[in-house]
Amino acid sequence: MRMITGFLSPTSGSARINNYDVSEKPVEARTLLGYLPENAPSYGDMTVEEFLSFAAAMRGFRGKTARHRISETLDKCFLTSVRNQPIETLSKGYRQRTCFAQAILHDPPALILDEPTEGLDPNQKFVVRNMIRDMAKQKAVIFSTHILEEVEAICTRAIIISKGSIVADSAPAELKQQGSLDEVFRRLTTTADVGGVAQ
Amino acid sequence: MEESHNELPVCTILKREWRAYFNSPVAYVFIVIFLALAGFFTFNVGRFYEAGQASLDRSFFWHPWIYLILIPAVSMRLWAEERRTGTLELLLTFPVTTAQAIAGKFIAAWLFILLALVLTFPVVLTAFYLGSPDPGPIIAGYIGSALLAGAYLAVGMFTSAITRNQVISFILSAVIGLFLLLAGYPPVTDFLYGVAPSWVVETVAGFSFSTHFEQMQRGIIDLRDIVYFASVMGFMLLATHVTLNNRRTK
Repeated sequence: MRMITGFLSPTSGSARINNYDVSEKPVEARTLLGYLPENAPSYGDMTVEEFLSFAAAMRGFRGKTARHRISETLDKCFLTSVRNQPIETLSKGYRQRTCFAQAILHDPPALILDEPTEGLDPNQKFVVRNMIRDMAKQKAVIFSTHILEEVEAICTRAIIISKGSIVADSAPAELKQQGSLDEVFRRLTTTADVGGVAQ
Repeated sequence: MEESHNELPVCTILKREWRAYFNSPVAYVFIVIFLALAGFFTFNVGRFYEAGQASLDRSFFWHPWIYLILIPAVSMRLWAEERRTGTLELLLTFPVTTAQAIAGKFIAAWLFILLALVLTFPVVLTAFYLGSPDPGPIIAGYIGSALLAGAYLAVGMFTSAITRNQVISFILSAVIGLFLLLAGYPPVTDFLYGVAPSWVVETVAGFSFSTHFEQMQRGIIDLRDIVYFASVMGFMLLATHVTLNNRRTK
């Protein structure tokens, strides 16, 4: 996933986002992409709103459009009540959503989410999953997770990656015909990441 | 989707960095310490009043030494901090090039140090109040000091990019800075003349901050000195670029 975002360069193969190769046209490709890195990093000294203004400016939004997008995204991610709080004073769930907000602010056609529900309590997980499901109606969403129920609940396509290579790639329902997802997963690999695609 | 305007990310990063300095005590501590040290060295150690000379030599003489300690303290967090907290991944996956990110951070830090430098203006006022100093060396000295600060900063930026540990970054850039400073310092060059052929000594001294900075303190703005400082900055920023683009490890 880091290679799709252009943060790491691939040793072999290539990735394209709307026909922009991520190694050759990285800036154009990233314009079309929203990315939530693992552990949802953000600048702790900024308030939620300052952080989103920064993200908006980095995406080239100015003035009224920027303000409109920020308030819309704050609403969408249930962050309006903490908009003026420094991010470092917020709980993990809020910080996660702040970084998530940054990823969807520019309404990108493609979203990459690295373990978006990691470390969240059940309520927060529920909120984030619903947001992903909503997004998936209009966007391509790729996310990684270690929680297999999540794959079943949200994804239309599941890819199991073990030690850097794909060991399974099909709809979760098809995988389930071979047994429960847990069993399939364990059979294919002992330690691996699961990628899910929701469409 | 709206069209993105891509000439602006440098400004956006610059503004964010600048705000980060003033959101934390770093900015205030730096400016206060810089001014306190500059004042102390100029007036007490440098015996500004007793010298009976209306010039800023005694002030500029200490700048390389003050920068040696203070600039690594500013530069150490530039990349190391972003690496540690993971925001580097965020920053570099925005639609910006690595060069734009480097430029934004470098200019922000440089402007910040220049602000501290500009705030030493009372020393200039004192000199003009007490006598009639030649403005040429003062202007050239300030330009030289600004370039010198930029060169230290570029070194610090590179050492910050190669490690996620800020202490290591600080020590490395202070050591490289010390080497570049001492290579042309008269006691050291005098010693070297005794043990090495003079062309060796002159080559080594040619790489030194102090050789080039001294020229400017005397009021001589030589294109070669400007080219020297610009190439130190260019080289170090290029090294930073290569380092950032070669990140393999998580």
